[in-house]
Amino acid sequence: MSMWQRISLIFKSKANKALDRAEDPRETLDYSYQRQLDLLAQVRRGVADVATSRKRVELQINQLQSQSDKLQGQAEQAITVQREDLAREALTRKSGLTTQITDLKTQQAQLLGEEEKLTLAQQRLSAKVEAFRTRKETIKATYTAAEAQSKINEAMSGIGEEMGDVGMAIQRAEDKTAQMQARASAIDELIASGALDDATSLNKGDDISRELEAMSSQSEVEAELARLKGGGPAPQAIEGGDGGEILQDEEPAPAQTSESKDSQ
Amino acid sequence: MIVRILGEGQYDLSADAVSTLNDLDAKVESAIEASDQASFHDALARLLDGVRTAGVPHEAESLDPSDLILPMADATLAEVKDMLSGDGLIPG
Repeated sequence: MSMWQRISLIFKSKANKALDRAEDPRETLDYSYQRQLDLLAQVRRGVADVATSRKRVELQINQLQSQSDKLQGQAEQAITVQREDLAREALTRKSGLTTQITDLKTQQAQLLGEEEKLTLAQQRLSAKVEAFRTRKETIKATYTAAEAQSKINEAMSGIGEEMGDVGMAIQRAEDKTAQMQARASAIDELIASGALDDATSLNKGDDISRELEAMSSQSEVEAELARLKGGGPAPQAIEGGDGGEILQDEEPAPAQTSESKDSQ
Repeated sequence: MIVRILGEGQYDLSADAVSTLNDLDAKVESAIEASDQASFHDALARLLDGVRTAGVPHEAESLDPSDLILPMADATLAEVKDMLSGDGLIPG
């Protein structure tokens, strides 16, 4: 027997099992209809769940993207102050994020695909459930219990197949979503713990921006100093109380520069 | 004849079209028996394309059961093996 015959037989035998339940076969119709409505509700929840997962992944993509943009900006800034080493470090970190972003975008596309599939499954099932409801009422109004059986079997096998199909679609979507949820949680934890931020703002951290800031404040100090030297009353101010602070502020900056040069 | 692609819906196909597609179905089946992942995906994709091309969507509001049922396009070899054994994903 061919593959497609075998699969359809297996579906039929599963659908038939659902048939022999009630004493009055017409009760089977109501029982089945209730199961159909339950399944419809389940598909709707499935669509919502997948959408939630997709939005979560999208949020993560945005977070990582802004992190990546920040590193790009830092690399550019580092180049303008001729610190290729810092630019290289920023770009290295950025490339790590780029890999994660690419991975997340793949997940996003997969989740979107599942969402579309489930939405279509929901539409197909809705149409059949509505058709079943109409058929059910007709059968109950028209036939005695004895006469109804074959009509019921017809209606049930058609809807049973659709329910089996949709049931599979939900289960597959749930399995896929669960796998991605686990990875998304891991990334959420990374983001929440600041580990990704760390690269640019905390702990060993914003070593890149700290150095860049130090360098730009240093050049601001130089510019200010030059302006003071050029101006009239500036030298007097240095001798005053405020001047001491300026000198103290100024001193660590060159020291830090020579330190970082030594360390390279 | 009515052919269902799981996850996609039902198609109406002429008996001639079905008998032409039987060759492709046999290819899918032999790939399953050989556990040949690559030719399974290839043969399944061609079979499903054949059904979509030769068939027209069956009326959405009908309650007609299908004559033949095919796995979903992204089914894995293992999933189809499960389906054929009667276990696996098909809800009872």
